Amino acid sequence: MVNKRKASQITREGMVTDEAFQPLLQETYKGKKLTDQINTAEDKWNLLPAFLKVKGLVKQHLDSFNYFVDTDLKKIIKANELVLSDVDPEFYLKYLDIRVGHKSSNVQSNKPVPKEVNLVPHHCRLRDLTYSAPIYVDVEYTRGRKIIVHRDLEIGRMPIMLRSNKCLLDGIDDKQMASYDECPLDPGGYFIVNGTEKVILVQEQLSKNRIIVEADEKKNIVQASVTSSTHERKSKTYVITKNEKIYLKHNSISEDIPIVIILKAAGIISDLEILQLVCGDDSNYQDLFAINFEEAAKLEIFTQQQALHYVGKRVKTIRRAGAPKLSQLQEGIEAIATTIIAHITVADLQFREKALYIAMMTRRVLMTMHNPKMVDDRDYVGNKRLELAGQLMSLLFEDLFKKFNSDFKANIDKILKKPSRVSEFDALLSINIHSNNITMGMNRAISTGNWSLKRFKMERAGVTHVLSRLSYISALGMMTRISSQFEKSRKVSGPRALQPSQFGMLCTSDTPEGEACGLVKNLALMTHITTDDEEDPIRKLCFVLGCEDILEVDSATLHSKGNFGIYLNGTLIGTTRFPAKFVSDFRNLRRTGKVSAFISIYTNTHQAAVHIATDGGRICRPLIIVDKDNKSKVKAKHLAKLMQGNWAFDDFLQHGLVEYLDVNEENDSLIAIYEKDLIDPSKTNITHLEIEPFTVLGAVAGLIPYPHHNQSPRNTYQCAMGKQAIGAIAYNQFRRIDTLLYLMVYPQQPMVKTKTIELIDYDKLPAGQNATVAVMSYSGYDIEDALVLNKASIDRGFGRCQVLRKNTVTLKRYPNHSKDVLSGIRVDDNDHPIPPHASLGIDGLGEVGTKLVNGQVYVNKSVPVNAGESVLNKTEPNQSTESMRETPAYYKGAEPAYVDQVMMSVSDNDQALIKVLLRQTRRPELGDKFSSRHGQKGVCGIIVQQEDLPFNDDGISPDIIMNPHGFPSRMTVGKMIELISGKAGVLNGSLEYGTCFGGSDLEEMSEVLVKNGFNYSGKDMLYSGITGECLQAYIFFGPIYYQKLKHMVLDKMHARARGPRAVLTRQPTEGRSRDGGLRLGEMERDCVIAYGASQLLLERLMISSDAFEVDICNKCGLMGYNTWCTTCNSSENVIKMTIPYAAKLLFQELISMNIAPRLKLGDVF
Amino acid sequence: MSNIVDIEYNRVNNTTSTDFPGHSSGEDFSWDIEKFKNNFEIKINSFNEREGNFDLINIDTSIANAFRRIMIAEVPSVAAETIYIFNNTSVIQDEVLSHRIGLIPLKVDPDVLTWVDPSLDEKDRHTDENTIVLSLDVTCTHNPNAPEGSTDPKELYRNAHIYAKDLKFEPQGRQIEIFKGRPVVAADPDILLAKLRPGQEIHLRAHCILGVGSDHAKFSPVSTASYRLMPVIDIKEPITGQEAKKFQKCFPSGVIGIKNDQAVVENPRKDTVSREVLRHPEFEGKVKLGRKRDHFIFNVESTGAMPPDEIFIKSIRVLKSKADQLRNSPISQ
Repeated sequence: MVNKRKASQITREGMVTDEAFQPLLQETYKGKKLTDQINTAEDKWNLLPAFLKVKGLVKQHLDSFNYFVDTDLKKIIKANELVLSDVDPEFYLKYLDIRVGHKSSNVQSNKPVPKEVNLVPHHCRLRDLTYSAPIYVDVEYTRGRKIIVHRDLEIGRMPIMLRSNKCLLDGIDDKQMASYDECPLDPGGYFIVNGTEKVILVQEQLSKNRIIVEADEKKNIVQASVTSSTHERKSKTYVITKNEKIYLKHNSISEDIPIVIILKAAGIISDLEILQLVCGDDSNYQDLFAINFEEAAKLEIFTQQQALHYVGKRVKTIRRAGAPKLSQLQEGIEAIATTIIAHITVADLQFREKALYIAMMTRRVLMTMHNPKMVDDRDYVGNKRLELAGQLMSLLFEDLFKKFNSDFKANIDKILKKPSRVSEFDALLSINIHSNNITMGMNRAISTGNWSLKRFKMERAGVTHVLSRLSYISALGMMTRISSQFEKSRKVSGPRALQPSQFGMLCTSDTPEGEACGLVKNLALMTHITTDDEEDPIRKLCFVLGCEDILEVDSATLHSKGNFGIYLNGTLIGTTRFPAKFVSDFRNLRRTGKVSAFISIYTNTHQAAVHIATDGGRICRPLIIVDKDNKSKVKAKHLAKLMQGNWAFDDFLQHGLVEYLDVNEENDSLIAIYEKDLIDPSKTNITHLEIEPFTVLGAVAGLIPYPHHNQSPRNTYQCAMGKQAIGAIAYNQFRRIDTLLYLMVYPQQPMVKTKTIELIDYDKLPAGQNATVAVMSYSGYDIEDALVLNKASIDRGFGRCQVLRKNTVTLKRYPNHSKDVLSGIRVDDNDHPIPPHASLGIDGLGEVGTKLVNGQVYVNKSVPVNAGESVLNKTEPNQSTESMRETPAYYKGAEPAYVDQVMMSVSDNDQALIKVLLRQTRRPELGDKFSSRHGQKGVCGIIVQQEDLPFNDDGISPDIIMNPHGFPSRMTVGKMIELISGKAGVLNGSLEYGTCFGGSDLEEMSEVLVKNGFNYSGKDMLYSGITGECLQAYIFFGPIYYQKLKHMVLDKMHARARGPRAVLTRQPTEGRSRDGGLRLGEMERDCVIAYGASQLLLERLMISSDAFEVDICNKCGLMGYNTWCTTCNSSENVIKMTIPYAAKLLFQELISMNIAPRLKLGDVF
Repeated sequence: MSNIVDIEYNRVNNTTSTDFPGHSSGEDFSWDIEKFKNNFEIKINSFNEREGNFDLINIDTSIANAFRRIMIAEVPSVAAETIYIFNNTSVIQDEVLSHRIGLIPLKVDPDVLTWVDPSLDEKDRHTDENTIVLSLDVTCTHNPNAPEGSTDPKELYRNAHIYAKDLKFEPQGRQIEIFKGRPVVAADPDILLAKLRPGQEIHLRAHCILGVGSDHAKFSPVSTASYRLMPVIDIKEPITGQEAKKFQKCFPSGVIGIKNDQAVVENPRKDTVSREVLRHPEFEGKVKLGRKRDHFIFNVESTGAMPPDEIFIKSIRVLKSKADQLRNSPISQ
């Protein structure tokens, strides 16, 4: 009963959030009736849509942002809650609470909180505004003698992530979405800042607060390092070997400290205890470690006091002015307590925990010295953490908030310093002054991508990117993208290589080629990224489950055999002698929902450790639990409930049928891929079952039909190309005014789909068309991957696309009260508009629907001539409005365009904002780029009349002819199977599937062909369209989904005879945009020299470039002017000659450097 | 040489005819009109408004192919060429709407129009002799009588869907008499052109002219015109019993019959030449597939402007005029 209620709640929510999942709840879903027999092996994939229904593809971004605004903000406020005054000790201001997007009065227990955002998101896009919500704080402060509580004080505005729980779009249905001009299929997860959509990419980094052991075998160095990260500081501590001895290294300590000394300083004074903590009773380790005691003895350090002195002496102190100077001992204490391994907090000078941590690091180093295989792998996904938008925003916000508080403090100090005040001082009056700082800081960081954090002295550029709206897939692909912190220039292959631990977590195919290869990754389809969880309850739970507290464990027994350490987020908290029982008890609690599902636990037998992780940023994925007798816990009855809509994904989780595993725990499990593997008697210890194997791929790679038949680089190429395909972008695409928008006129969903395609709704926003392809050679215009296109197909709309380009004009206001205006049309004598103004309306704006050719005006703007003049010395006030200069925006382009939309609005600073959207409709032409879904791109080589093309018995002629040479070396067998499945689908009237590791069976598809009178292999007998005879070979003939890529000849073609020149060098300009020349470069020059074509060289390099006539004095060899040598003061020897202007410049520059280049001229003939 | 194209497992042989003079000694293949008259055969299988199926037997491939090519590309028909849009507030862009209107097959006899002279100025180019004007003036409004709770746009609004039938013929000048009783309409009235919502409207005028398919596919009078060669199935050795059943299944139904437990060819015309039979080793050497090189089964699908027989006749006329032109040109003298 309880479950049923919960399930129905979830389905209700599900319906509200995403109506795309409606079909799931209908009687027949994807051709299956509820009454159909349910087969667990085949139908367990239904868990996947259920997962995506709850999680969605960008859930990681939304979760992270929600966590930030709901939980993290409160923590930040708590950590920085007090603002005190240096002047008035009575004064204080305390932050009580913080909220984003709603006032405290609006919180009612049962009603949803109204969302206080500035505008509908789409209006923000159109009007170049930031989609944001106010940040309210509750404060308590003193005014005179009174303590005042003030609620709902706005301290700034927070940019809001679309579809997060603070967003207007959260939890509304498709109809409301439509009323907000929003596309229901849009994933959200990005921000709108100044009208542009910005994504904060997921950042991958090494996990924080974990020990990583590495070895350099050449240099014989072993090092254990840990990056400590707290709210306050970030620091890295190393334990390294140097000449077989072990030292501790830290940035704030000027020299490496022998490990024994540091341990003594941390309170482990007895050498025996040190040995027990580090080595246990293992004689190998003891022998290796013994040498370290000598060093401490040599330095005569025996007590904690001495050790602290030793450390304190070597601490680099950067004291802020005014802070009291500390003694060496205090410095030492401070270093141990706060700077070294900073993430372990020390209370009441109890160093033991920290000492144990250092001892553990030392032990790990010893283990690696003894056995070099004990190193950690940096590239192992389990050692990585993903930093999401929320975490980055929280870092930024805390920095800004601290700045806000210090500014506020400085401000009140200034006022409180004044001895006498007229009225009672109210702190709130000065708090508002700085409210812009937080807003602007957030806006600037997101819009520029520069994350500069004062406290960590961190400066990170390129954190945010503009959301690519080239196609639906490119936007979706961007939301799942992960960028790595590694330098792109470094030549190491490790971080770029495919890691086995990526399986199921990160897409194996989707990575760019070239410099970022392997560094930029994409999430797989069914992943979840954790957010931070509370540590304390888990610690308590561990003790309840039989963990012995580390502070009470005897040092002598710590490393005794069979004693396992229990590590919570990398820190040793206790030990157990029964690790297996401990782990299984813990897992049982998690499976019953008593512990958060995202907390992972796993055993590491090499380190004799049980690791528990609660930290955020771990990638995890759901798997079906397999019980002791090798049976999947998910049974047909459960799937039936799912398909009836009584159960949602979370029910599977709560009933302990499915659980999330992170990479580390996954490594501790045995996962069967198919249900049939469970029967295998040789494998008795299977713990989990994969939900669907095709989830190893991500959203973008999921578009490829039969990818498991392709050579792997081809799938990678397709991942890059799928993002360039022109298609439908969103349901609101015609309402958008983007800088550049490519749309296909008649997009089609592919004949051969995949399950991923349906899950990510690519079939609703497709980018491509099903072309009938003949794989044959035709005419020779198809070599090197060129395609032959059928003219009739193009006439009928194949590959037709639209290009929409935005042009923005602002009407500025100037300080002298003059402003830009729109002037109307100018007319000729017959009252007709002059040709450049032909498409303008009377308001001086282009009329929607009119044609613009090169040079025509679409916004007739005029600026005041004397805009710079100040208001003060204006002589004639009326004249300023009259003297205007026309600065029209005119259309540039070889092909005409049409005015699609004109938008007029007011921007932030009261200036009129005009956006004109220009549209071109293009039919495919020679040189346009096309690609199938298998990394097989090609340009159109020739367009052929339909009657010339081959045709089959039915009279069908191909839309595209593809050269068969594309196949042997590329080995894209998937493309061939796509053709056969597609052909069978056409004949059957069905859509076929090419899902990875599954899909429609090739044999069955071939049978369909035979049944319909076609050849088994898909090869048809064709007649030549030119001779009418039969072709002597059978032609592989059928539909393949082709994408039109954004690279079109019209945007690239360029030629120039004469044209503009650069100002400085007088050489032709460079680049298509400047109508530049085509450079005869160095290597081409070499050829001409080698050939001896001196006159050609002269013409290319000087006459057609920057020939310049100078007057040269043959006497002094310098340049003169106007037949007069200024050096010799005569015109006697002045000769005119032609040299390149660049040479003339060089001479002049040399002269300016006190070098006299003298030309000695002689007669050649 | 035989006139059978050999269909082998992985290749087609003997595709080219060799009956031309000088190909082989001792045989005279020179053109003889009498011989052609005696041999040539036309068999008409079916003809209706939209589709025609007929056989041309004993004719050279080049001629048959010429008919096919001419029907696709050179038989003139009428289609909208210039669209003048006065207002279009629908979501569909002007260019796309124009493209869609252009592709609508119109029911006009192309013979009543003359060719437009493109060298003339645009103002003088169109006359009542060479241009047909269609207009589309629609405004979408709310339907006050819409049934309660309906979500179907067709019920909720008037003119929500604009079809080809909404194009109205506007006879110009003498066209009133010429087209009396047979106004210009779309061949298929239910081609969707645009969808509107209340407040949106489309006002445009389309100028339809004569053109040929080689210029733009919209002028092609056929959706396709093609032929296939007559299949030949030659059973070399008797196929009996279970094998005969299997043999029969390798062909579409009706091609192979079983008589006295033995497979016999019943109707090779129905065969699609899927070569399925060649895939099975048990039939190796027992059957030979082929196609008659000079037996063309034509299939002409009209777009609706004129019946397929007329299209074919016109293609002959075009071919004839081409031949005449060639004969009269200086090189043939």
